[in-house]
Amino acid sequence: MREKTRRKGRVDAGKNRRGDAATRGRGEEERSYLVLSPRPRVPVSPRPFLICVIASVLLLSCTRERREFRQAPPGARTETLSQSDLHPGGYIPAVQTKNPAEENAPALSEGKRLYEWYNCSGCHSHGGGGIGPALMDNKWIYGSDPANVYETIVEGRPNGMPSFRGKIPDYQVWEIAGYVRSLSGLVRRDVAPVRDDHMRATEAPAETTPEHPKGTGVPKSAERPQ
Amino acid sequence: MRMMKGKLLTQRGALALAAAWGLMLSGCGGVNSSLNSVGPQAARIEKLWWLMFYVCSAVFVLVMIALFVSVIRARQDTATRVEIPATDEPELKPEPERERRMTRVVVGATAVTVLIIFVFLVASFFTGRAISSPLYAPQNVLTIEVTGHQWWWEVRYDDATPSRMFTTANEIHVPVGQPVLLQMTSRDVIHSFWAPNIHGKKDLIPGKSSTLYIEVDHPGMYRGQCAEFCGHQHANMGFYIIAESPEDFNRWRDSQAQPAVSPVTDSQKRGQQVFLTSTCVMCHTIRGTLAAATEAPDLTHFASRQTFAAGTLPNTRGHLAGWVVDSQSIKPGNHMPPNSLESDDLMALLDYLENLK
Repeated sequence: MREKTRRKGRVDAGKNRRGDAATRGRGEEERSYLVLSPRPRVPVSPRPFLICVIASVLLLSCTRERREFRQAPPGARTETLSQSDLHPGGYIPAVQTKNPAEENAPALSEGKRLYEWYNCSGCHSHGGGGIGPALMDNKWIYGSDPANVYETIVEGRPNGMPSFRGKIPDYQVWEIAGYVRSLSGLVRRDVAPVRDDHMRATEAPAETTPEHPKGTGVPKSAERPQ
Repeated sequence: MRMMKGKLLTQRGALALAAAWGLMLSGCGGVNSSLNSVGPQAARIEKLWWLMFYVCSAVFVLVMIALFVSVIRARQDTATRVEIPATDEPELKPEPERERRMTRVVVGATAVTVLIIFVFLVASFFTGRAISSPLYAPQNVLTIEVTGHQWWWEVRYDDATPSRMFTTANEIHVPVGQPVLLQMTSRDVIHSFWAPNIHGKKDLIPGKSSTLYIEVDHPGMYRGQCAEFCGHQHANMGFYIIAESPEDFNRWRDSQAQPAVSPVTDSQKRGQQVFLTSTCVMCHTIRGTLAAATEAPDLTHFASRQTFAAGTLPNTRGHLAGWVVDSQSIKPGNHMPPNSLESDDLMALLDYLENLK
């Protein structure tokens, strides 16, 4: 059908070949839409269709990040990481453990809430440190990997850090560990909590020697145990 | 036939209308109703409500009558009108008599409307002033601090003697006939305190103290509710105001000021150990033990409360067991983590909690 019309259009155009300019122009115009389809008298622009396709593709990215309320089925006691030996110094675990909470913004903001609730801020302040070492710098006495931070919370560390084994549910320890790492910018920026009423490091500070005023160096609590 | 069908339809319509009206009226009474006032403040609010109800109903009926009259008149006009040939220009005939009459009606209606709104304004101003102060006995006011949390209510009774101060949750006991000053604030987001039988709403704003005077004249248990959307479990953020005679209230207050009873049986002793060595201790307080965290409801006299989880569940052993083990399936999003306890430990813990009278 379409082929037939197209041929007819060509024939029409051919007829007008020797006519004046205006007639020829009309003939060509007629052909252009006859080619598209036999019926509509208005040429169809492909632009709106393209925009619709792009928009629907873009909409695919609009899934909301899920927040899990029930972290583990009741009765299932799981500790994803349990290392009983204390390893003072820069201990690096054999297997790099990935923290699932670090990929989930609601989990990290929960970690931020729990950091206050379980009174981590009592010693570490809002990352600036006080009784305990600062958490927003790049000095990690016991390692900066998620597994190291997890172990520090669960097992405790010498010189004051208590053990929270059995006191904090496993999934919440991971959330807190994720938040602690986000304090020094070790977590992806779009996941880390942004609304803060207190000081916060956004990126890992560059390796520079900080200028300490005379007499005050690294706080006693942040020193490496000898 | 056609007429009969029409009649049937109107009958059905009338029935539906009556049913809808009945449903609406069923909301007017009993629990959570400001039309069932039990205190002087709520009585003032109820009076204002009825004034507005009667006046607005009268206005509504009059407007409807005027509307129907005009519709019927217009119909009669078209029925008797002589067909006028259509012309390009509409024919305008000045009718000064009619226009004057219409002007009078419009001016009169406007004046009446302004007057009614002014009466409402004055009435609501005086009601608002009356309910924001203790109505009868400005002295002898009992002060209670209420703090909103996601999603429960912390209730703290002040006293000149520090040892008689205590904190409880979700149930506010008040003596009958005594004005009570509620000093309210919030720990996280904006909540709103609303016990419809007793008073209007009052917002709890973090970092700011808002006050509310209440008084209850009839003994009873009245439900209240958070009235400002505050997150996942806003709907399950209820509380109860329990009004009792001054003697009962004082007895309750004395018992609440005591530290928690010590466990007696072996099972209760084990339950206490479970409580103190598990996650419970990170958020809850039981006065008289080492548990002293303030992020979750004070459990010192937990068994004396009739409901828990902010009025969500009745305080029974079964509900409590379900709540302790997996509260997220009951109230998703609440801040209590699941507790995977051995069944013996769970039973011991329940024994201990049930003993905290």
